[in-house]
Amino acid sequence: MKLLEVKNLKKRYKDKEVLKNISFDMDKTETIVVIGPSGTGKSTMLKCINRLVEPDGGQILLNGQDITKARRVEKLRQRIGMVFQEFNLFNHLTVLDNVRIGPWKVKKLSKEKATKLAMEILKNVGLDDRANAYPAELSGGQKQRVGIARALAMEPDLILFDEPTSALDPELVGEVLEVMRNLAEHGMTMLIVTHEMSFAKDIADRVIFMENGEIVEDGTPEKIFNAPEKERTHQFLAQFTNR
Amino acid sequence: MAEFIKVFFQAFPFLMSGLKFTMELAIISIIFGLGIGMLISTLRVYGGRISYTFSTAYVEIIRGTPLLVQLFIFYFSFPQIGIHLSPIVASIISFSLNSGAYQAEYIRGAIQSVEGGQMKAALSVGMTKWQSIRLVIMPQALRKVIPSWTNEFVYLVKYTSLAYLVGVPELTAQGEFVASRNFEFMNVFSGVAVVYLFVILAITWFFSSLEKKVKIPGV
Repeated sequence: MKLLEVKNLKKRYKDKEVLKNISFDMDKTETIVVIGPSGTGKSTMLKCINRLVEPDGGQILLNGQDITKARRVEKLRQRIGMVFQEFNLFNHLTVLDNVRIGPWKVKKLSKEKATKLAMEILKNVGLDDRANAYPAELSGGQKQRVGIARALAMEPDLILFDEPTSALDPELVGEVLEVMRNLAEHGMTMLIVTHEMSFAKDIADRVIFMENGEIVEDGTPEKIFNAPEKERTHQFLAQFTNR
Repeated sequence: MAEFIKVFFQAFPFLMSGLKFTMELAIISIIFGLGIGMLISTLRVYGGRISYTFSTAYVEIIRGTPLLVQLFIFYFSFPQIGIHLSPIVASIISFSLNSGAYQAEYIRGAIQSVEGGQMKAALSVGMTKWQSIRLVIMPQALRKVIPSWTNEFVYLVKYTSLAYLVGVPELTAQGEFVASRNFEFMNVFSGVAVVYLFVILAITWFFSSLEKKVKIPGV
C-alpha cells in the first residue's frame, strides 16, 4: 500500500480553479519535491493534504484511510507534520515548549518523556543549546529548524514542507536544507514545495512539476531536470539555468 | 489643608469599610467578566453562525443600555418575577455581565491581532480548535489585552459607586453617610476622591508591571 495517494484532488476559490484533478502517490521514505511557477496551487495542494484547506473534490488516502472523509481530522493531522514558509512558531513559548507541546499536550505523553524526545530532536537539528530561547530571539534559519523539530516531535508518517526556505536570508538557507537532507537520508517521508532547484535535484527521489493547478510532469530528478518530456517543464526550468 | 486632614482621618474607618465593598465588587466582577469576555470573544471569532449571533447580540445589548438601568433591572425589576437578589449579588451580576461585554470586545481585538499562522500551526500539530485557542491563541491574546484590560478594571472600580444606589455600603455610600452627619461635604468627598485615586494608581502600576513581567522575550 502507498503511504499517500492523492486522487483527482480539486479546489476552487470562487471562479478560479486552483487545483484541477491532481493525482499522485508517495511511498514510505520517499522524498518528493514539487516545483512550478508561483500561484499554481502548490501550497494549496499541501494544505489540502492536512485539510488546513478543505478540498472540493477527490480523495486523499493516508495509509489507505481517506483524509477528506475523516471526522476527527486532528487525529490525521497528528500523523502529518507541516513546516511553514513563515515558520509560525508559537511566539509565546520557548523553543523547548514549541517542540514538546505536540507530544505532551496532543499525544498525551508524560511531560518527562515529551521533554526527553524534544531535547533529542533539538540536538539533531543543532539547537539543543537554544532550548530556552523564545522564537523572536532566533535567526530565521534557527526558527525554521525549530519548525522542523516541532513537526518531527509528533513522529509523523509524512512531513509537508511549504517553501521552507523562501522567507530566509540567502546565507541562512543552507542550514535548513542541511537538516532536511539529513532527514531524507534517515528515511523520513517528505513532500516539499520549494524554489531551490539545485536542492530539489540533489535530494528528491521524484520531482513533480505543477502549473496552473495541474501536474504537468512527474518523474525522477534526472528526467525532469535533464530531459523533460513536456515543453512547459523545459521552459520553466530554462529560467533557472539562464540565470 | 489641616481641616481636610482632620476630617479625612475621622472619616477614614468608614471610608475603609466602604473600600472593602468597592474592591470586593470590582475584583469579583472583573474576574467573572474576564470569564465571560473570553467565552464571548471566542464565540464571536471562532463560533458558528448561531454562537456568533448570540454573542454579538449579548455585546450589543449590554453596550447599548446604561449600566445603571441594568443594575436596576436586577435589583428592582427581578423581584416582580419572583427573583430577589441582595444588593451585593445584584451589583456583582450586573457589573460582571456589563464588564464581560466590554472585555469581550477587547479580547476579540487581541485575538484578531494574533497572526493567522499561529492557528494553522497549532492545527497542523494535531490540536483541536479548542486546544489551539486555549494553548496558543488565548495566551498570546491575553498578553496583548493587558493595557486595555487595565483600563476596563479602572472603569469598573469607579462604576461600582453605582452600587450605592441599590444600598451597598461601598466607598461613595460611606462618604455620603459621613458627610450627611458632619456636613463636611467638601472635605469628605475630596477624601473619597483621593482614596479612589490611590486605588486606581495602584491598579495601573500593578498591571503595567505585570505586562512587563509576562512580555514575550525578544518581541
